[in-house]
Formats: sequence, structure tokens, C-alpha cells
Amino acid sequence: MSSHAGKAKKFLMNEARSVWHDKALFAVREKRDRQAYSLPEWEELRNTASAIKEHTLSHLAEYLEEFERKATQNGIKIHWAESGDDMNKIVGDIIAEKGAKHLVKSKSMLAEECGLAPYLEERGVEVVESDLGERIVQLMHCAPSHIVLPAIHIKREEVGELFERELGTEQGNSDPTYLTHEARKHLREKFMQADVAMTGVNFAIAEEGAFAVCTNEGNADMGTSHAPLHIAIMGLEKVIPNLASLGVFTRLLARSATGQPITTYTSIYRKPEEGKELHLVIVDNGRTESLANEAHRNMLKCMRCGACMNTCPVYRRSGGYSYSYFIPGPLGINLGMLRSPKLYAGNMSGCSLCYSCSGVCPAKVDLAEQIYAWRQQMNSLGVAAPSKKLIVKAMNMIMRSGWVFDTAISCAPYLPRFTYNNGLNPWYGGREMPHFAKRSFKVVWRKMEK
Amino acid sequence: MKVALFIPCYVNALYPEVGEASYRLLRSLGVDVDYPLEQTCCGQPMANAGYEADAKPLAKKMERLFAGYDYVVGPSASCVSFVREGYPRLTHHDDDKECLASHIYEICEFIHDVVRPTKLDARFPHKVSLHNSCHGVRLMGLSAPSEMNIPYYSKLRNLLSLVEGVEVVEPERKDECCGFGGLFSIEESAVSKRMAHDKVARHVATGAEYITGADSSCLMNMQGIIENEGLAIRTKHIIEILTAKE
Repeated sequence: MSSHAGKAKKFLMNEARSVWHDKALFAVREKRDRQAYSLPEWEELRNTASAIKEHTLSHLAEYLEEFERKATQNGIKIHWAESGDDMNKIVGDIIAEKGAKHLVKSKSMLAEECGLAPYLEERGVEVVESDLGERIVQLMHCAPSHIVLPAIHIKREEVGELFERELGTEQGNSDPTYLTHEARKHLREKFMQADVAMTGVNFAIAEEGAFAVCTNEGNADMGTSHAPLHIAIMGLEKVIPNLASLGVFTRLLARSATGQPITTYTSIYRKPEEGKELHLVIVDNGRTESLANEAHRNMLKCMRCGACMNTCPVYRRSGGYSYSYFIPGPLGINLGMLRSPKLYAGNMSGCSLCYSCSGVCPAKVDLAEQIYAWRQQMNSLGVAAPSKKLIVKAMNMIMRSGWVFDTAISCAPYLPRFTYNNGLNPWYGGREMPHFAKRSFKVVWRKMEK
Repeated sequence: MKVALFIPCYVNALYPEVGEASYRLLRSLGVDVDYPLEQTCCGQPMANAGYEADAKPLAKKMERLFAGYDYVVGPSASCVSFVREGYPRLTHHDDDKECLASHIYEICEFIHDVVRPTKLDARFPHKVSLHNSCHGVRLMGLSAPSEMNIPYYSKLRNLLSLVEGVEVVEPERKDECCGFGGLFSIEESAVSKRMAHDKVARHVATGAEYITGADSSCLMNMQGIIENEGLAIRTKHIIEILTAKE
């Protein structure tokens, strides 16, 4: 059994929770649909977004250099990191140089990707997630289970218990409004204490030398407004040509992600405030390798909205933790394989090839097609499941010869059902096997033709 | 017009009645139908499992068996879409010979787009819930995918509108996957069964007597759940409804 199949099976054992998880996420998909249907130009927007990304990726060096030049002129200090370790070190060094000790950060998948928080904590820096969902999973000492809705797998009663323990909230009170107010008070203190604020980057605008950060809670803004030092980190695929293209992406991002017309806060950072410092680390960490990989280059068009997760019938039923890569769903299956087939091939089974992810993606990333393409490489990469190989071999034997096939299907109806309706057959158990016909179509045809 | 029937392996073995109905329907529409006897499988199960190269001998065989027909028509959106998308990769044609992919059709698509009948001699006085299969919808374009903002259309519904007495409904989450997915159904059996269970429950909730669609593989998967849970709803391939005389 693949690692995904095993963990999915476990998640599904708690039927009530998995049903709730599926419904909660499908509701987000439906909200997204309502937004998509409300714009007559929706499909044109997707085409445009995809074309902008394709164009930018094919001129990536030029746009990155333009961005660096303009941003530097604006007073942003640009750093380049080849790997995740490089990024961590650069960030760690900036913080150490300033003698900063308290960092508040808004959500960044790149920080997760590079293991930034544990790196800084080891060096004595307090790292506080300021996105509410991220703060919840941080206090629980667990990882986000979704890239946009990191705590979607946690019920409010559990949040109530957590806050009672960690923040001293009222016993047994799991009213969402109350808990949010308490979290707000708690985070206010953290914002006030912070001497460094970190944000991710949704879009880096080359022509302006500025970057956009989108949040719903204003947590990025709270952090960066107060702390004297702002460090932003971005993957190098985040660059887009100009403000006009930003308009295309901001119309798509929140609609796709959460079904809102736009994120509550879309802040564009252009230069440091007087007396403050603004650093931006541009990170490769395997991205140029992906760019050179023609079959999977499209992954770099992704804007991390999470719509592919919400629509994925497998993700919704198996939960974020059933995937071994830190990003789940169709996106994570693909990014995991780009990172390391050896480590993450166990997620490859988690796709029924329904192609819905490719249909929701606002940047038209062909996620399902790429999963199909990865499957074709698994054998040569040495990560194919031996049992699957065996099944395929058996199918080849039967299907390649008309005679063997005819014999097999004429015998099949006479096999006693217990020989395959049993625990050894993974199809069975809650699902009956199909019934072989006594007379195959070929036999019927011969009779009809007479 | 010379048409060859492509009857996928599992339809041949499990659902001969679907093949028979396909033949009768095409004949009743004045189409000259042949059935090359040596056909087995198109190779999709191997390919979706990651062994597309293993499908090559099957693809070559299909190309040989179906050469010389104006159209090749099969009652399975998923298999036909595989031939259409996969075969050009698998059987490179150096000469000008037409690839099978260029003239293979799923049978509803063929009737809807090529034969274009204005009436059918069919009667089926039942309520049916339409199963919009993933490959039928998203690879073949039998209907508008729910995630895209394009005007609603459904070739299956259009064809069913020619059947007397039938009432057509669609389930909630009208084109969510039933969880079959070839070897996915075995490799990820827990998720697959839950998907199938959910899908059947949504079809049942419509109050329909039948689930119908253009893919027997999805119907087979759901039938397994229906039998296991002892439900009253039944599955029937759409071609059987287009030829029904109840």
C-alpha cells in the first residue's frame, strides 16, 4: 500500500470527521464557483493569467533583473538564495546583525518549504505565526494541512481547548467570535513585542520594483507597520511584469482561493519606511531546475490559491496529513515529485485522474496531466509499486492475445464468487465485484450476425 | 458510412447488453456496423497506472484492426478519450496514414455530432440520474464541467430528450468523480469506496430509479456499492435507454 493510501485509510476510519472535512472544503469550492460564474470573462482571465505566467517564465532572468534593479532603487535590500539553507542563513544573519529576538510572520509556504521557523528558533529567535490558522497549528505543534486554510482539519471545540491551555481562555467556551477576539488580543501583544516582521510575497512587480502581499486578517500589515525590520521571502517564480498583470492575478487569487472577490488586504510594498529596513530574499531552491524540466515547467505558474485541493475528491476525503510532502493535494503530489521522487512518490496513487484540478486552476496549470506524466516515469525512477507492476504484467498477458482474452472471459463467470469476494481483494469490502456475463459481447455478436 | 464498433474489454466481458444496444441503435439509425473480432483492450488501465509504454502493442493492434473504417465508435467515454489522447504518442505515423485517434468517437458523441437524429424510437418512462463521468465531461466534452464558466450543455441530456417518457435529473455535485479511476480503485481502495459511496448516495437523493451515463466503468463501480448496501437504485448505460421500448 502506498504511503498516501495507508494514511488516507486511517483518516477515513473516523467517518464523521472525514465527511465533515469533505463538506467543509467542498463548500469552499462552491463559493469559488459562485465567484467564477459571476464574472463573464472568467475563462478569459484564466487564459490571460496563464499567458502572463508563461511569458514571464520564458523571460524570467530579464524580469528578475529588472525587479532587482527597480527594487534596489526604491531602497529594498535584495538577497539571492540558491537553496533553502541559504535562505535560512541569510534571514538568520540579518536578524542576528540587528540583534532582533522576536519575529512575527505572516503566512509563507516558502518558509515551510525551507524549514525557516525551526532554524530561527534553534538560534534563539521567537517565531510567532500571525495568521490565525497558522497560529493554531503552531500552538498545536503540527503542520498546516492546507496551504490557504492551514487549520481546516481542526474543529472549533479543539481550538477552544487549545486556547484554554495556551492562552487561558474561558473553560469550555468554543464560540468562534470569542476565540477570535482572544487570539487577536494575544497576537496584539506579539505584534507590539516584535522587532522583526516577516512576510511572504504573492506577486513581485518587475516594472515597479515593488511586491504585493495578500492577507485576509491584515496580519502582514500589523507586523510590518510596527517592527523596525521587515524581511520578505519569495520564490523566484513570483515575479510578474507590471501592475496591469497584477490586476489580472488579484481578480483571480481570492476568488479561486476562498470565493471572495478580493483578499481583505492587498498591500503593495515599494520602499522601507523612514528609519526602517526592508529586505527581500529571492529564493531558487530547485525552481530553475523545474524551469528546465519541460514536462513539469508549468508548475511554476502556480499562485498557491489552493483551489486544486478544494476540488480534489481525494484530498477532501483523505485530509492534508495523508500526503508526505508538506503541500497536499494535486499541487503537493506534483511539487513533491519535483522535489524528490524517492521521498515523495508515495503520494502518486492519490489521484483518480478526474481532471477537476486542471479545470479550476486560475493559472491553468495542467495538474492532472502532469500527475499522469509522472506516473509514466515512476518505473524508470525506481519508485514504482511492485504489486502494481505485477497487475500490469498480468493484464498485458491477457489483453495482448485475443485467444487468451476470450478464454479468460469465458471462464470467469464460472469462478465461484468467494474466490474473489474476499479480504485479499482490495476492491471488495463494502463494494461487490462485478458479474461476468455468461455470454460475452463477442459471442452475442456472432449470433446476431447469423 | 462504414462504422466499426469498439467494445472495450470489460464491456465485452461484463456488459454485452451495452454492446448489443450500441449495435442496434447504430443499425436503427441506418449505419453500417462491423465488429472486428480480435479486439481486446485499448491499454488505458496500464497507462493510467504508469505503464503507457505497455499499451503500445495494444495500440498497434487497435490501429491494425480498425484500419479502413470511416468511423470507430465505442460505448465508453474513458477508453475512447484514452485512444484519442494517447495513441498519437504511442503509434507515431511516419506516413500519411490517418491515426485511429482522428476518427474514433464515443457513441453518444458520434450520434449527437455526426448522425444527428431528430428522433429516436425509444420509450423509457422512468426517472434517471445522469452520471457525468470525469473523462466524458473533462476530456471528451460531453457536457460543461461544473468548474468552468461556460454555458451549460449536455450531449447526453440532448440525446435523452429524444426518449419518450424519461425524466432526467442530475445529482448534487453533478460531475464529482465516483472514485473508479482504473487501478486507483484498488490501490486507494479506502478513498475509492468512500467516493463511490458518496456518489451513489447523491444519485439516490435525487429520487431517481436509475443512474445512467456514458461510462460503464463508473456504473460498475457504483453498482458494487449499490449491491453491497442493498439499495433499490439501478445502473443502466445510456445506450440501453436510447434503445429502450418500455
